[in-house]
Amino acid sequence: MTEEYKIREMTEKIQVIKKAATELQRISGGIQAVDKNADRILASVRMLEINISDIVDVALVSF
Amino acid sequence: MNIERYWNPILETLPREKLERLQLKKFHNIFKWAYEHSKFYHELYSDAGIEIGDIRTFDDIQKVPKVEKSMMRAIQGKEPFPYGDMLCVPLEKVTEYHQTSGTTGQPVYQADTWQDWEWFAEAWAYILYAQGYRDYDRVFLPFGYNIFIAFWGAHYGAEKLGCEVIPGGVLNTEARILKMQELRATAMMATPTYVLGMADTARRKLGIDLARDLQIRRITVAGEPGGSIPATKKRMEEAWGAKVYDHIGATEIGPWSYECQHQSGSHVNEALFLVEIEDVNTGELITAPGKRGKMVITALDRMAQPCIRFDSKDIIEWSPDECECGRTFRLIKGGIIGRADDIIKVKGVLLAPTSIEEVVRSIPELSDEYEVLVTKKGDIDDITLKVELIPGQESNIDAIKAKLVDQLRVKTGLGYNLEFHEYGTLPRYDVKARRFRDLRHKE
Repeated sequence: MTEEYKIREMTEKIQVIKKAATELQRISGGIQAVDKNADRILASVRMLEINISDIVDVALVSF
Repeated sequence: MNIERYWNPILETLPREKLERLQLKKFHNIFKWAYEHSKFYHELYSDAGIEIGDIRTFDDIQKVPKVEKSMMRAIQGKEPFPYGDMLCVPLEKVTEYHQTSGTTGQPVYQADTWQDWEWFAEAWAYILYAQGYRDYDRVFLPFGYNIFIAFWGAHYGAEKLGCEVIPGGVLNTEARILKMQELRATAMMATPTYVLGMADTARRKLGIDLARDLQIRRITVAGEPGGSIPATKKRMEEAWGAKVYDHIGATEIGPWSYECQHQSGSHVNEALFLVEIEDVNTGELITAPGKRGKMVITALDRMAQPCIRFDSKDIIEWSPDECECGRTFRLIKGGIIGRADDIIKVKGVLLAPTSIEEVVRSIPELSDEYEVLVTKKGDIDDITLKVELIPGQESNIDAIKAKLVDQLRVKTGLGYNLEFHEYGTLPRYDVKARRFRDLRHKE
């Protein structure tokens, strides 16, 4: 059933968003409007990880 | 598979072997996180002689010391203030404060970061989607919006689904009912006590028949066991002309269990929580259905103030049934049957207060309200049940009394002093009711 979904592809895209938000914080120059909004993006990214990325190694394994 | 049924079809239908593997991985992660970031957990685990690498199998989880509410109370008020050293993140990362209601003692403070609060709303999104909430719903939330977590998570969970959320905070009951009517709200959430109380107020003070005059079609209840007591659920559903779904959660745990639209028991969200049931006396793990025990629970992704192997004192049992919904999340039968602290011995018989509620609410000639008093006369326990007759039923009192005596004997194995009170004279409650009082130790 899990094979129906593009779990690996979604996981890669989630990592791209995470990397972009983290990079944004790195180059923000301390602008709070950037740092805090990026924090919120990262909180949402974590929910995507919980829903998709965290299961990539267990969902795609055959027993 | 009809993916419209699920918030996340992958997690919710994950085969059991994979689900358990995911739980073990997540347990290891949260255990390691707490070990490395919380002084409290570090000391608890190192004192027990457990190292991070010791958790490799499900059996290993049993070695991890449990946490009790009294331990949380003992550290709060200390640094980092006010949460104490259970906290795993710097204070500046904390964005949400809530506290428990204090039903069982001094309230426990709960810290959450943005990420934890997203997680709390995410857990609610699973619940609401399973109960049929969709983005076209207009959801009315008639609760206090204060320091108690209550339906805060539901507010943000419903937003995640795209529902329109109406915060019915500082309004009285009549104003809330009229606002739901005016705005044609389609869904509502409250404690069972308040769901029934609103129906009573609508009928008596506003002349409104909620089933006929409002458009509420689904109600989610929480905070009390009534949503999993068939007779109470039936009363709520009839009064509102709506489906009533139970949800179980706690401030320090999160929203961990819920009924889906099939109403065949309460699913444990096993993607986000690990529930273990232990024998109350021996502490042995109960995995088979049909045997009651004490719940030990872990929130697998709550990071700032982790909840790891929390001894909740709630009594639950696994259901033998599988749900037709297709979720692989296991069901518990009858919701929270009681608290280990609440199940008391009266006249030598173990009594769960919920079984009295089941009897009273199954007799239509009685009102929703009742009160139970346990006292001692000399060396002998004495139990009194106060009930109200629905107006117009006074001439049937003997038949009602006989029915009540029979049912109480069958369901609880006890004889009661029965007091029939005039309708409207027993106390009414707005949020959680306190209908059971054990005065034996205070006399």
